[in-house]
Amino acid sequence: MSDFSEELKGPVTDDEVETSVLTGAGMHFPWLQTYIETVAIGGKRKKDFAQTTSACLSFIQEALLKHQWQQAAEYMYSYFQTLEDSDSYKRQAAPEIIWKLGSEILFYHPKSNMETFNTFADRMKNIGVMNYLKVSLQHALYLLHHGMLKDAKRNLSEAETWRHGENTSSRRILINLIQAYKGLLQYYTWSKKKMELSKLDKDDYAYNAVAQDVFNHSWKTSANISALIKIPGVWDPFVKSYVEMLEFYGDRDGAQEVLTNYAYDEKFPSNPNAHVYLYNFLKRQKAPRSKMISVLKILYQMVPSHKLMLEFHTLLRKSEKEEHRKLGLEVLFGVLDFAGCTKNITAWKYLAKYLKKTLMGNHLAWVQDEWNSRKNWWPSFHFSYFWAKSDWKEDTALACEKAFVAGLLLGKGCRYFRYILKQDHQILGKKIKRMKRSVKKYSIVNPRLSY
Amino acid sequence: MDLEEAEEFKERCSQCAAVSWGLTDEGKYYCTSCHSVTERSQEVINTDLIPNTQIKALNRGLKKKNNSEKGQDWYVCEGFQNILCQQAEALKNLGIGPELKNDVLHNFWKRYLQKSKQAYCKNPVYTTGRKPTVLEDNLSHSDWASEPELLSDVSCPPFLESGAESQSDIHTRKPFPISKASQSETSVCSGSLDGVEYSKRKEKGIVKMTMPQTLAFCYLSLLWQREAITLSDLLRFVEEDHIPYINAFQHFPEQMKLYGRDRGIFGIESWPDYEDIYKKTIEVGTFLDLPRFPDITEDCYLHPNILCMKYLMEVNLPDEMHNLTCHVVKMTGMGEVDFLTFDPIAKMAKTVKYDVQAVAIIVVVLKLLFLLDDNLEWSLSNLAEKHNEKNKKDKPWFDFRKWYQIMKKAFDEKKQKWEEARAKYLWKSEKPLYYSFVDKPVAYKKREMVVNLQKQFSTLVDSTATAGKKSPSSFQFNWTEEDTDRTCFHGHSLQGVLKEKGQSLLTKNSLYWLSTQKFCRCYCTHVTTYEESNYSLSYQFILNLFSFLLRIKTSLLHEEVSLVEKKLFEKKYSITKKKSRSKKARRH
Repeated sequence: MSDFSEELKGPVTDDEVETSVLTGAGMHFPWLQTYIETVAIGGKRKKDFAQTTSACLSFIQEALLKHQWQQAAEYMYSYFQTLEDSDSYKRQAAPEIIWKLGSEILFYHPKSNMETFNTFADRMKNIGVMNYLKVSLQHALYLLHHGMLKDAKRNLSEAETWRHGENTSSRRILINLIQAYKGLLQYYTWSKKKMELSKLDKDDYAYNAVAQDVFNHSWKTSANISALIKIPGVWDPFVKSYVEMLEFYGDRDGAQEVLTNYAYDEKFPSNPNAHVYLYNFLKRQKAPRSKMISVLKILYQMVPSHKLMLEFHTLLRKSEKEEHRKLGLEVLFGVLDFAGCTKNITAWKYLAKYLKKTLMGNHLAWVQDEWNSRKNWWPSFHFSYFWAKSDWKEDTALACEKAFVAGLLLGKGCRYFRYILKQDHQILGKKIKRMKRSVKKYSIVNPRLSY
Repeated sequence: MDLEEAEEFKERCSQCAAVSWGLTDEGKYYCTSCHSVTERSQEVINTDLIPNTQIKALNRGLKKKNNSEKGQDWYVCEGFQNILCQQAEALKNLGIGPELKNDVLHNFWKRYLQKSKQAYCKNPVYTTGRKPTVLEDNLSHSDWASEPELLSDVSCPPFLESGAESQSDIHTRKPFPISKASQSETSVCSGSLDGVEYSKRKEKGIVKMTMPQTLAFCYLSLLWQREAITLSDLLRFVEEDHIPYINAFQHFPEQMKLYGRDRGIFGIESWPDYEDIYKKTIEVGTFLDLPRFPDITEDCYLHPNILCMKYLMEVNLPDEMHNLTCHVVKMTGMGEVDFLTFDPIAKMAKTVKYDVQAVAIIVVVLKLLFLLDDNLEWSLSNLAEKHNEKNKKDKPWFDFRKWYQIMKKAFDEKKQKWEEARAKYLWKSEKPLYYSFVDKPVAYKKREMVVNLQKQFSTLVDSTATAGKKSPSSFQFNWTEEDTDRTCFHGHSLQGVLKEKGQSLLTKNSLYWLSTQKFCRCYCTHVTTYEESNYSLSYQFILNLFSFLLRIKTSLLHEEVSLVEKKLFEKKYSITKKKSRSKKARRH
């Protein structure tokens, strides 16, 4: 096939045609691209160059998938030529693909080392201006992975001061991210210094110098991080370290503002950790119970199985409000709905105690509310004969708590309860007896109580 | 110094690719966005960029450029001549006689230049200025002696002396605007003198030289010499880099610079396609008004009898099948001199796809013997297997199943290797091609980066894996009796599938199905489309195997099979009474 597509188009070169498609309204339609390509070359077949390079790409991907680093490197050798692709769209996309594949290969290849990776990263940074920041950031992460903190920091500083052309919004976010990572590294040094400081005596002659150092570090870091965490996103490690520093210097309002914003700003993606951080902060500040309850309520809606839910339960239990106390029961049931929590002895203990307390307090309706939706599946989920046997074998205390709950919810005829009752245990004997009595008295299937 | 003065300098910065220049106190350019200073200083560039300077100054500028960057003047046809020279040289190295280069291709090319009015005629298209130096000794690769008696324009000034006095002509008398000074200001330009004009030229009745056309020239010469290289071999050698084609321009002499439009003319990013080159061969042959080619007789390599033998060996089929292919050739008349010989001046100029045809004949014979309906071939295989088990001392019967198993494995391995090699093919030349001078530093920098990256990754590659390129061979598969892993079927007999009747042999199989039921009535060249799923699996396998061997599309082979069948059965039906030694064919 002849390759004289240019003739057909007169003085317009390949590049001009393609870029006009690309720049249209900032959108790119791959199908339109291929359509225009086929028009441009007069409906002729794709160039072999395009065919072989895309075959090469799939060979690399296959080799990576099979962890054949050697083969991948071999194909990579040929794939570099896409940097010189005459199709400008593909040429522009090439550096990023090459960086991703190449860094993957160099990360795992047995013959590769830190030096090769660094050279590769430095080369890729300078191929086309578009990738400088991204490559720099990923390079820094690679260095961090290998414990080279100083190099990583230097890398980030270089990227931070790099300027070229217009500052687009996507680039600004990248710069913020780079700065934030730099901040995170500074936080790391700061936190090490803080450890040193805590080991020193206040009268130690070195104390002042170290304290000064700690102070100097902090304001640089906070400036670096604070810009990033204002942008909607998930910035857990940044927020955490930022708040830690604010708290250390006594800026509680600042810290609270950051955390509140991080948890409640609607522009941010929903993030359970944000609420966890806020709760922990409030707990440290000894905030009023109602405030903490309202934070955990949101967390409960997001992650009903979160380990803080037991703490939430204790808060609710102590509350004077009736609705809180009802919620306290709901939360316990909610936790135990999850397979991961079935062996959580505290949860069972709380439930056993709280069920008894609720029933004693004449709130049978609360229990039935919760139980109705669960009575179909909890018996086989929690209270089967199999579970009775294995629970008893593994953890007799857990089995006892569960048996009590089973007895209360299913009555004394329940298999789980009967199995545990039959076990003859010297230490727990008394407890089991007490349990038997309570079940007789309070079980919700007990005819005497079901008016 | 201010920015305004630097506006004339339009090259991209090699550091950051921006075009934004300032001048340093020493008159050197520096990039205002990244502050790197170039080697270039103001004067050199200004002399050829300020249009109003006197001719004298302009000339000085031009001379400077000619010597350093822009190289010497050259025409597109000289470029093609250089490539043809390289290709002829490569063919010589493959064992083709030197006459091909010195006489045949040389004459074809001269004839082409004459027919296309580029040289050897009264009014060549290049009316003024330097004549293209065609077929002269001063091109380093060329040892084609010039033959002045053929030149109509004998006074053509030799290449090197033309410089001084023709320079001034360029601006006054050139018919097409290719003054070098103006080029660097426009976006469209070329390194060759007529590149821009050449890529626009569209003249009726004139075959324009293109890269694929160079291979058409090579093939025509091979055909004229009746050499033992088929078109598919030639194209395979091109793909395996034994014959210069992709990036052939990088071996141009140092002074011949390529860029801009030359990129579209000489830079190529596809391997040649069989059908395309085949068509172009006929086109060129007709355009050159060549006489009838030397006869293809039975002792020529391109004769179907010999080619069939070759391909039977290649795909590990029994030698005995050759009798049958010869018979088909005889019956269809495809071995006749008039049918085989290329005659460009005949009314319907056509040449035979010798290799495809030979392979198609083998496919037809396989169909005659085994029917290939995914049924009969396997039951015949069972018979052969049983027979071979019983008679271990005799010459074994040909077992189609065993052959299939061995060929399938060999074919899959070969194909996998081929695909891998293609994926690893390096297309880009050491000399990057760029659109304009503005792009030049960028193109060179890209090249440098690719080379550096490749250098880095080559240390990660197992050195044993990258063996040098294999030597050219017309055989892709080798089968020997000694190889115990892969049975060689050459000596196996066809007794199991043939039966004697009197003095003649008949195929046991009396059925046949036609690859194509209907032929297009119109004059279109396609016979039918090949829809893979409509055909038996064994037929598909055989077509795939052979078309891989020739690097052609399966549909092309299918078409050729249909054509052979058409010939074979037309004759059969028209001469019904004639006693045939074999083959009873019936529509199925």
